[in-house]
Amino acid sequence: MSLTDTLTSRAAKAASVRRSTRSTRVGGGVLTLVVLILAVLPFAVFSSVTDSLVNLFILIALASMWNLLAGFAGLVSVGQQAYFGLGAYAVLVFAEQGVQAYLAIILAAITAAVFAVPTSWLAFRLRGDYFAIGTWVIAEVYRLVTTRIDRLGGASGKSLTTLSDIDPVTRGALNYWVALVVAVASVVACYLLLRSRLGLALMAVRDEETAANAVGINVPRAKRWVYLISAAGCGAAGGVLLVTSLSVNPNAVYSVQWSAYMIFIVVIGGIGYIEGPLLGAVIFFALQQALADYGTTYLILLGLCGIAVALFAPRGLWGMIADRTRISLFPVGYNLAAPAGSDEPSTGEDQTR
Amino acid sequence: MSPQHELLSLRGVSKHFGRVIVATDLDLSVADGEALGIVGPNGAGKSTLFSMISGDLRPDAGTVWFDGNDVTGAHAYQRTRAGIGRTYQIPRPFENLTVFESVLVCCHQGGGRRGRDAADRAADILERTGLRAEANTAAGRLGLLQRKRLEMARALGTDPKLLLLDEVAGGLTDPEVAELVEVVQGIRADGLAVVWIEHVVHALVKTVDRMLCLAGGRIVADGSPLEVLANAEVRELYLGGGPESATADEETES
Ligand SMILES: Nc1ncnc2c1ncn2[C@@H]1O[C@H](COP(=O)(O)OP(=O)(O)OP(=O)(O)O)[C@@H](O)[C@H]1O
Ligand SMILES: [Mg+2]
Repeated sequence: MSLTDTLTSRAAKAASVRRSTRSTRVGGGVLTLVVLILAVLPFAVFSSVTDSLVNLFILIALASMWNLLAGFAGLVSVGQQAYFGLGAYAVLVFAEQGVQAYLAIILAAITAAVFAVPTSWLAFRLRGDYFAIGTWVIAEVYRLVTTRIDRLGGASGKSLTTLSDIDPVTRGALNYWVALVVAVASVVACYLLLRSRLGLALMAVRDEETAANAVGINVPRAKRWVYLISAAGCGAAGGVLLVTSLSVNPNAVYSVQWSAYMIFIVVIGGIGYIEGPLLGAVIFFALQQALADYGTTYLILLGLCGIAVALFAPRGLWGMIADRTRISLFPVGYNLAAPAGSDEPSTGEDQTR
Repeated sequence: MSPQHELLSLRGVSKHFGRVIVATDLDLSVADGEALGIVGPNGAGKSTLFSMISGDLRPDAGTVWFDGNDVTGAHAYQRTRAGIGRTYQIPRPFENLTVFESVLVCCHQGGGRRGRDAADRAADILERTGLRAEANTAAGRLGLLQRKRLEMARALGTDPKLLLLDEVAGGLTDPEVAELVEVVQGIRADGLAVVWIEHVVHALVKTVDRMLCLAGGRIVADGSPLEVLANAEVRELYLGGGPESATADEETES
């Protein structure tokens, strides 16, 4: 083989990998636009609208974190409210120490991740259903311990006072922006994580854990990372809850109801898709707004919605959309282009075009 | 005795599932760059042996040495990173990843490569294993032949020193087997050691230096492929008594 032959065969070998398609670029543009519109909303609408959107943003952050856990690491937790509550209390404590309450949300995320380390040692000994129950029990322990600490207000909770010198209108807008930032950051964090090497490894773990081990993936470590990141996200969401409601009650913030919300949203939206919790949160939020006056009927209707989706779209609404349209707003995959100067017709790739 | 460095060595390995004994006090070694074929009746414990080498299962007793280290207590992923690559007899694809992504994740994790380097390596492996045209197809949608090739491609992606092939030729047509033998010979030419479990004996005979027969958790015969196939006990156990046409063919061929 001559030198030029070697060089051309080398050049042909250099793989060309694409990660986004036209639909993802269009989708990314639309999403950016939506975020920009949301960002200027406080200047355009009444504060009642932005105040209620704060709840949507909290739900988006929580559901994205639950989706990361269950949809990508196979960790079905019923105890993420532990970190939600911890985040709220962390902001309270840091604010009392003199940290600006909004900035303390970052510290709340870190605190949640730090507490998640020893918690994971315990929880990761459990598998499957036991993991789900175990995480719930752990969250209850977090709640009980909190109610025993008088400095945190015990069972009746405590108020955040350090934000009271900001005038209500400004504070409402700040709350809204902070909640938006946390929601966007949660989704972006999921996206960046899943685009990384660790993300690809996680998807392999999700599909076939034994084989994932056998190809060199440190499965427990990958899962632990996801658990910590998820705890941080839930902690930040808890911090947002505190700064927006200005008080925290242990029974409310550590309630298993938050897990029920996360599961409902992810299941109807589409588990294992970054888009799933976004869509699910919007639907859940809309249902909540529309049916709030119906009392218990509201819960029954919510249940019926869940059952309908589980029956007719087992991979969630986004799963259905993705199957039909092949749209993906968050390109986490890799597309290998046909080799340059290949003379043989490539049959397989034609299907994917 | 081979003067080559011993790459893999099992000492006194035993394993049982309930009352089923799959390995009793097994000793086995594989030298650098050697190709070893393993035959044996169904349920002999061949796949279980692979699982104990790759770390999916721990032996009840005995030690596993790889590349000079005792890896008996090491996790599967650690052994893969150390250079043991395996395929599964019943393929275990990453259903929702594409073929390219499936190999890429192996280059990342088992092979310790990054970015361009990993992508080029994965593309190269797809070329060699005949999967280039399926690069962007979801692994869950592949047929059996392609799934078996993907098993091999994934194992190669981890940059192994030792490749464990578990019945990769099972269920393939003769031309497909011939193609596969060529792929394995190409792998050998790169200096990899190969251990290949296979019921398609004629494929093995063309490829391996040494063969052993496993039955009832014991090594019944160990030697050159033709020696092992001529062994009376092997014929009785594995080939069901009478002389089998495939082996007779091999003998006349050589
Ligand atoms: N995880 C397990 N639990 C219980 N029994 C098992 C397990 N794995 C394998 N066995 C049993 O151990 C015996 C050996 O199985 P193994 O898969 O190693 O056989 P093999 O030699 O690979 O057979 P084949 O040629 O059919 O692939 C079989 O009887 C099988 O049923
Ligand atoms: Mg087997």
